[in-house]
Amino acid sequence: MQTSYEQIVHKIDSDELWDFPGGIYPPERKEISNLQPIATLPIPEKLYVTVKQHKGVEGNLIVEVGQQVLKGQALSKSANPFAVPIHAPTSGKISAIRKHVSPHPSGIPELSIEIETDGQDTWTELSPTLDYQNQPKIDLLTKICDAGISGMGGAGFPSHIKLSTSKKVEFLIINGVECEPYITSDDRLMREHAWQIRQGIDVLTHMVQPQQVFIAIEKNKPEAIEALQIACRENPLYQVVEIPTKYPSGGEKQLIQILTNREVPAQGLPIDVGVISHNVGTCFAVADAIFSGKPLIQRVTTVTGEAVSKPANYWTLIGTPIKHILNECGYQASSQKQARAIIGGPMMGFTVTDELVPIIKTSNCVLVPADSEMAELNEQACIRCGACADVCPAGLLPQQLFWHAKAKELDKAQEYNLFDCIECGACAYVCPSEIPLVHYYRVAKADIRNELDEKQQADKARERFEKRAARLKAEQAARDEKHRLAAEARKQAMESKGNNAKDKIAAALARAKAKKQGLAAADSNLDTKSEINSQKTPPIESNDEPTQKHEIVDAATEKPSASSNQRVQAAIARAKAKKAAVATKSNQTPEITTEQEKSSSGSLNIENQDENIVESKPIVHEATKVSDVPRTVVQQDTKKPEQESVSPSHEENSDNQISQNIAEQKQAKVAAAVAKAKAKREAQKKAKASEIQITKPLAKEKSLANEKTLAQVEQLAEDPNNQQESSSKQNIEHSAIEDPLVTKKRRIAVAVAKAKAKRQAEKTVENSAPKENKEDKS
Amino acid sequence: MNFKLASSPHQHANRDLGQVMKLVILCLVPGILMQTWFFGWGTIIQVILAVITATVTEAAILELRKRDFERALKDYSAIVTAILLAISIPPFAPWWVIVIGTFFAIAIVKQLYGGLGFNIFNPAMAAYVMLLVSFPVQMTQWLPPVNLAQYTHDFWDALSVIFTSYSVEGFSIAQLKTDIDGVTMATPLDTVKTSLIQGFTYSEGLEHKIFDSVVTGVGVASSWVSLAYLAGGLFLIKQKVINWHIPVSMLAGLFVCALFMSLVDSDVYPSSIFHLLNGSIIIGAFFIATDPVSASTTNKGRLIFGAAIGVWVYIIRTWGGYPDAIAFAVVIMNMAVPLIDYYTRPRTYGHQAPNALKSKGKQP
Repeated sequence: MQTSYEQIVHKIDSDELWDFPGGIYPPERKEISNLQPIATLPIPEKLYVTVKQHKGVEGNLIVEVGQQVLKGQALSKSANPFAVPIHAPTSGKISAIRKHVSPHPSGIPELSIEIETDGQDTWTELSPTLDYQNQPKIDLLTKICDAGISGMGGAGFPSHIKLSTSKKVEFLIINGVECEPYITSDDRLMREHAWQIRQGIDVLTHMVQPQQVFIAIEKNKPEAIEALQIACRENPLYQVVEIPTKYPSGGEKQLIQILTNREVPAQGLPIDVGVISHNVGTCFAVADAIFSGKPLIQRVTTVTGEAVSKPANYWTLIGTPIKHILNECGYQASSQKQARAIIGGPMMGFTVTDELVPIIKTSNCVLVPADSEMAELNEQACIRCGACADVCPAGLLPQQLFWHAKAKELDKAQEYNLFDCIECGACAYVCPSEIPLVHYYRVAKADIRNELDEKQQADKARERFEKRAARLKAEQAARDEKHRLAAEARKQAMESKGNNAKDKIAAALARAKAKKQGLAAADSNLDTKSEINSQKTPPIESNDEPTQKHEIVDAATEKPSASSNQRVQAAIARAKAKKAAVATKSNQTPEITTEQEKSSSGSLNIENQDENIVESKPIVHEATKVSDVPRTVVQQDTKKPEQESVSPSHEENSDNQISQNIAEQKQAKVAAAVAKAKAKREAQKKAKASEIQITKPLAKEKSLANEKTLAQVEQLAEDPNNQQESSSKQNIEHSAIEDPLVTKKRRIAVAVAKAKAKRQAEKTVENSAPKENKEDKS
Repeated sequence: MNFKLASSPHQHANRDLGQVMKLVILCLVPGILMQTWFFGWGTIIQVILAVITATVTEAAILELRKRDFERALKDYSAIVTAILLAISIPPFAPWWVIVIGTFFAIAIVKQLYGGLGFNIFNPAMAAYVMLLVSFPVQMTQWLPPVNLAQYTHDFWDALSVIFTSYSVEGFSIAQLKTDIDGVTMATPLDTVKTSLIQGFTYSEGLEHKIFDSVVTGVGVASSWVSLAYLAGGLFLIKQKVINWHIPVSMLAGLFVCALFMSLVDSDVYPSSIFHLLNGSIIIGAFFIATDPVSASTTNKGRLIFGAAIGVWVYIIRTWGGYPDAIAFAVVIMNMAVPLIDYYTRPRTYGHQAPNALKSKGKQP
């Protein structure tokens, strides 16, 4: 059973503690750097502020290259609770936003903001909160989050997440143990800024309302213990506890075990056992954020090791490249044949290869050892001596883990609780065979995570494939049904063909209807065009699945042949239309002809690409001019629902795309025709008007609207990004040039109108047209 | 400047494999000296022969396996194996016994299984068992302690006996085995066993002059040798080269069995002290059963492993055909190590189950 609150308090009060199993006693070597007060480094010429410096997600950048920023100005922002913003550590100009080598064991470049400092160090406006006791908790949380505070002890967990718990907090543990050898940043901070740390503890205590606050400091820091004892003595809730010197007693889980005899459940959090712990550095930063409104833009970093001549603790700005630090601290390259720079301590720190690696919020130490200080290791066979198991603070069997990790028996490694390893390095420290055990565990963990990712992706792909297969099947069924209906309709039409008189009336009615419908469709198409476009593009962009890509490629390869077919068909249709037009010259309006031609060529396109209307082809060809019009109208009608049903669907397939292409083309053509006709009329009117008064503002204004639409149509047609548009443009041009009923005069008028419209569009619609276009594309 | 890449931890304890093995060898020295003092130069010669054979064999096989043998030899593990075997066999056994034994230990038991860290059986003990089964006569030619022997022998005699079966003066090994009264001597364990078989009681068996007349049931020479090894073993524990679990549980296992049986019938069953100080139980407990490679690796498992060896030793000593049984007991328990390890996993931090068996490995 879990140790009760009373038991814990009683034990701590009687100056006793629990212990954790294992642990090691490496040489501490803290005296190298803890003798001098914290100094301040000069501002480097350039800072590299990594966008993501904590555990969680990165925020969105709110600055641009070239922008001047002030010290403390936020550089990123996000509504995501796991995002913590970053701030400009000093004033200067943002010279670049690009990937820069990251302070991570992998050294993988990460998005960073490069700031050319101006040396002025001008603060942005700060908003301190002095009466934090009267502020609602949510405001304080926001304040802490906005100050960019994440755990400064090592893991970099966002502090506001820890603090936002609604569970009951029995113990707030302030971690000032700093058990890792060499590092003294918390030590110096506690000695010199105990009062501000205490203020931070006050804020945290106010926020989480713990029953007891333990300030844990390792026994090897008597000055820090004394300083905090003095700072905390007036509050009975606060208790400074001396922790025996043993590595890794500063590990969160181990510290909780030492102080409370409770264990954080395997996949749980400290709060599950009623504990919240914060690093002393975090307390300091919280006090800064609340009382001065200062965001987290600098931290204390220990610079130590025998390869620097001025080892000490320094206030370093976040983003300072370690090159600057080493230069300032007297780095002696000569003492390092095996040059190594370690971020963090000798037990858990990682080496970096690049001297431009920046300091981030969790960088508590830069360790530059001399060759003699940390010898190179020479891995030998494991002799199963079990020394590793004896020192493991997590109760693992490191040699078994190693065995399975090395053999890539990942499931076995997990069975031995690989993921409970805290990577403290105690096992590798004592290993007589000098095996880099932790390295093996890291590799195994990464392998397992990769495997899991791959499995999840495969599952997703399979699910998607199955869904797609089902959908295709359903669509096929729907198509078959449509074919059947169409065939029936055709049969009926054939049967009713005999009666001529009826036919004529029907044809006339149909014609009139077609006219009306065509115009209506064209208008509505113009309106809905942008909408359809915007619906169409995203799926293509977001298609990242291999299977889908494949489909797109298929569709793309089909297109050239399709478009050449289209042209042939269009030509045939045109020829036919011409013949028909000659036959019925007297009673035909230009609108109908264009409409007719367009619809017939459109229908041919449809037949070419979509099998479901193939049967209608011979009828279109053999039917008389009269029956031609209703036919197309019918087709338009049948086409529409399908197109509507397809466009909202997110996962496109080739059929859908093609049918959509056709719909697009048709719309574009209809729109073009309407626009053309309008422009024609307008041009005629204008021609008359211009004879009287060339520049009549009213007329110009009036024509502007039409020209706008024309320009829009043209721009749409000319847009190379829209795959379908090029072919439709071709059709438009063909129909425009070869339209038999358009007289020369009209053509000239159209050309003039077009040119005017273009010019106008360039001049006056400059702002609106591109915008519209942009919207279309997006 | 470009920095070198290395994995954490960067700091390392100053004790590598070679140092561990050297410490083991160092701790064997008092026992070896005591053994030489009581039983003549034979032990030293056997040790030298074994070390040479082991080194040559290890180097040759590593070369065949295309490994860096210079580096491997620096870990001293083959030398430790050789010494353990050498001090286990009779000091005046013919030279080819130790050579065959050491070759077998290194080549077959260790390297054929994959070399250091991969052998299932304790190489020295597996080789000892092989020798005992193959050459029972040579492997039981124990000489009486020097102070009880009829003929004295020096270094050259030992060398001569080992290589020619005859001493410089021409005595055979059988002659050397006789004591001052002209009676062939045996080891304390053998003496008691023989007398028990012949129908004598345990206390009557102890009246033999090989036993100390002051302290009951303690062999004159062998107990001193055992104490010297005990001192070395305790030093190993203090140096944290070995854990206390195996020696303590092994001695306790034997002690408890012996105590119980001697309480049942003290005429037939020797006392606990007799069992602990005679034979090679001490060296077995501290130096042989603690071989890290072939022993259990969990602390709980080590307790089981050691106690089971102790019980086996008692069973074989009491009811088996052999007077002593360290090698058999260790080899038998080596076979059980994977099983023991599997069922004695420690409880991991943050897990409820006492061992990891119940909770399947968890996901990241």
